[in-house]
Amino acid sequence: MPSARLAIRKTYKLFVGGAFPRSESGRSYVVTSVNGDFLANAALASRKDVRDAVVAARAAVPKWAGATAYHRGQILYRIAEMLEGRRSQFVDEVAAVETGDAVSTVDAAIDRWVWYAGWADKLAQVYGSANPVAGPFFNLSAPEPTGVVGIVAPPDSALLGLVSVLAPAIVSGNTAVVLAAEERPLPAITLAEVLATSDLPGGVVNLLTGRVAETAPWLAGHLDVNALDLTGVTDPGLATDLERDAAENLKRVRRPSPTAADWYAEPGIDRMVAYLETKTVWHPKGV
Amino acid sequence: MRFEYAPAPESRSIVDIRSSYGLFINGEFVDPVDGERFKTISPATEDVLAEVVAAGPSDVDRAVSAARDAYENRWRDLPGKERGKYLYRIARLIQERSRELAVLESIDNGKPIRESRDVDLPLVAAHFFYYAGWADKLRYAVPGGAFAGGPAAGFTPGGSAAPGGPAAAGGPSGSAAPAWPGGAEPRPIGVAAQVIPWNFPLLMLAWKIAPALAAGNTVVLKPAETTPLTALLFAEICQQADLPPGVVNIVTGAGETGRLLVEHPGVDKVAFTGSTEVGRAIARAVAGTRKRLTLELGGKAANIVFDDAPIDQAVEGIVNGIFFNQGHVCCAGSRLLVQESVAEPLLDALKRRMATLRVGDPLDKNTDVGAINSAAQLARIRELSEVGDAEGAERWSPPCALPDRGFWFAPTIFTGVSQAHRIAREEIFGPVLSVLTFRTPAEAVEKANNTPYGLSAGIWTEKGSRILAIADQLRAGVVWANTFNRFDPTSPFGGYKESGYGREGGRHGLEAYLA
Repeated sequence: MPSARLAIRKTYKLFVGGAFPRSESGRSYVVTSVNGDFLANAALASRKDVRDAVVAARAAVPKWAGATAYHRGQILYRIAEMLEGRRSQFVDEVAAVETGDAVSTVDAAIDRWVWYAGWADKLAQVYGSANPVAGPFFNLSAPEPTGVVGIVAPPDSALLGLVSVLAPAIVSGNTAVVLAAEERPLPAITLAEVLATSDLPGGVVNLLTGRVAETAPWLAGHLDVNALDLTGVTDPGLATDLERDAAENLKRVRRPSPTAADWYAEPGIDRMVAYLETKTVWHPKGV
Repeated sequence: MRFEYAPAPESRSIVDIRSSYGLFINGEFVDPVDGERFKTISPATEDVLAEVVAAGPSDVDRAVSAARDAYENRWRDLPGKERGKYLYRIARLIQERSRELAVLESIDNGKPIRESRDVDLPLVAAHFFYYAGWADKLRYAVPGGAFAGGPAAGFTPGGSAAPGGPAAAGGPSGSAAPAWPGGAEPRPIGVAAQVIPWNFPLLMLAWKIAPALAAGNTVVLKPAETTPLTALLFAEICQQADLPPGVVNIVTGAGETGRLLVEHPGVDKVAFTGSTEVGRAIARAVAGTRKRLTLELGGKAANIVFDDAPIDQAVEGIVNGIFFNQGHVCCAGSRLLVQESVAEPLLDALKRRMATLRVGDPLDKNTDVGAINSAAQLARIRELSEVGDAEGAERWSPPCALPDRGFWFAPTIFTGVSQAHRIAREEIFGPVLSVLTFRTPAEAVEKANNTPYGLSAGIWTEKGSRILAIADQLRAGVVWANTFNRFDPTSPFGGYKESGYGREGGRHGLEAYLA
C-alpha cells in the first residue's frame, strides 16, 4: 500500500524587479479559500516594498518603452502562451478563491493577453494622427507611454481582472506597480511566475500583496509614479484621498468605475489610452 | 588590398524537397483533374527541383468551390478572436521553420540566403503576427465606419468602447458602451483570388493571405510559375496549424492558371502583384463584375541624391536600392537622379562599392547578388541593356566572374542616360541602374515624376525640410528618405498611377479585404 505523500506547499512572495523577495517588513497575512480554508500566508507588503517596486519599475522604463512595438507584442503573446501551458494550475487557483466558472475565467485571461498583444503595433495607427496644419509643415502626433503606472487591481477578479488592468498599461511601454486583490492575491503571484518566464524584462511588472489601504497611499503619493489606476479601490473615501495625493505631481488618474465591471466584455482601447502621452512633431517643409 | 572569401554555403539538408507536388485544395494535397505537370528548376544551377502542377479549369474550379464552402461554413462567422489565433499559430510556425523556408526560397528563387534569411522570412512572420492582431479589432481599423455598407444597426456584441468613444483618462469608465459610430461593422468580402510574383514568393504570399484571412475572407492563391515551392511548404504549415480546410488553397501554374482564377465567377475579390501589362489585362477582365480589385504593379523609382547628401550612406542606399534581390524589386531605385555637382565623386564611390559585390551561389552566406530568376527574365534584362548601348548610354560593370551554369547578370550601371531612353522609361527588373543628373530641386522632381509609374522614390539629403518638401511633390506611394527598400507590416505599401491601386500593409492593407 503506497504511503500518502505529503504535498510541498508554495511560499507566495512579492514580485519586484524580476525577483521574488519576501516583504522587507517580514510580515505575512493569512489567505483563505472561498470556503474559509487556509490556503497560504501571503507577504504583507510595506511602504518600503512599494518604494522598491517603484524604483524597479522606473529602472525598467527605458528598455521597455524603447523596445519596438513588435517586440512588446511578441512578449505579450508569449505571456499568453506560457499562461496557456499552466492553464490547469490557474483554474485550480482561481476556483479556490472565486465562485463562478474558473475555466472560462482563465480562458478569458489568456485571450486578453492575446487581444492586447495585437494592439502593441496598432495603437499608434488608431490613436495617432497626421495633422493637416495650415502651413508648410510636417505635423505628426504619436502616442508614447507615460512611464510608471501604479495599479490597484480589482478585488473581485483575482486573475482576469488583474490581467485586464495590467496588460493595457504595459502594452504601450509603461511599467507597472500593481497592488494585487487583497483577499485573493495568490493567482497574481502565480501570474508573476508566468511573467518572469516570458522574456518580459524584470521590473516591467511588479506585484505586491497586502493591505490596499496601507500601501496605496504610498503609491499615490510617490513622485516617481506617473499614473494611477484606482479600478480596484472600493472605498470611495479612499479613492478620493488617493486622487488628491496623486495631484501632487499631476498623475494621470483613472477613477474606479461606478458600476460593476464586466471583465468578460471586449475591453476597447480606453484603458490603453489612459496611460499615453501624445507627442506632436513639427518640421518645416521647403527645398 | 583584396580580401578573399572562403565559401560559406548554407546547408541544404534542412529542406526536404519532394519530387512531385499536387495542388493544395480544401486542406489537402490533391492530384490535378485537368492540370498538366511541369518542372520547376533552380535558377542558380538549372537543376530540376520538383514537378508541380499547372492547374487547369476544373482544378481552379475545385479550389474556388472549396474556398467558397470554407468561407460560408467555417471561416466568415468564426469570431475574429479565433481567426486571429490561427494566424498567430501560422506566424509562430513560420518563425520555427524559418531557416528551412529561407533555404528553400533561395534554392527556388535564386536570391541570396542572407536576404531570404534576414529580410524575407522575418518580414513574413511579422506580417502574419501583425494581421493576426487585427482579426478581432477590425472596427478599430476603419474609424468612423468608413466601409459601413450594411444596415445601420448599432454595433452591440461585447459592449465595448470604440475609437471615437469617450477616452477615459482621468474619467470614470462607463460600462455603457457607445455604439460603433459608423453603424455596421466591417465585413469580409468573400473568396479572394490572389496572384503573386516570383521576386519575393513567400513575402508576397504573406502580404496577400494574412490580411485576407484576418478580415474573414478565404483565399485561392497562385504562386508564380517559377517559384511555387515555398507556397507549397506554407500549405503544409496551414495543415500543422489545423487551419480549417479550404480557408487557404494554393493552385500552382503559369499565366493561364492565373487568368482562369481571376476570371472565375465564384471569386469576389482579386489581388494581383506583378507586371503593369498583366495588371491592365486583369483590370479589363474584372470590368462589369462585382469583383473588387487591388493591383501592385511595376515601378521605375527615382533615387534622388542632392549635393548635401552623405555620400557613403547614399552609395549604400543606391546599392541596396537597385542590387537588393538582383533588382527583382518592383520598388527598386532603378533611376539614380544625382545632382550634377556631386555626380562625379558619387559615381566613383558607387563603382568602388560595386566592385566589392559578390555575385554567385545564392546559398553562400557571403553572396550579395544571386541568380536571375529565369531564362526569360535574363533575356529581358539583356535585351534592354543592349537597347541602352544602342541608344548611346555608357555601360559599366565591375569585373565579375559569373558561374557557368544558371542565369546570371553582373551588377550594371548606365551613365549618360536621357529621359527618352528606354532604360530610363521601362522597368528592367534586374540589377541595372540608369543614372541621370539634375541641377535644381525642381528639375529633380520633374524628372522623378516623368514616368507612368509611381510606386516608390528615394531622397538623399541632410536637410530635413527638403526631404519633406520633395516628398510632397513626388507622385509615389512610398518615399524613403536617407534609406531605401525598407518594409514593415505596419507600413502601407502601394503605388500611384500605373503602379497600381490599393495598399498592402498597415491599417490600410485591411481595406482591400473589407466590405
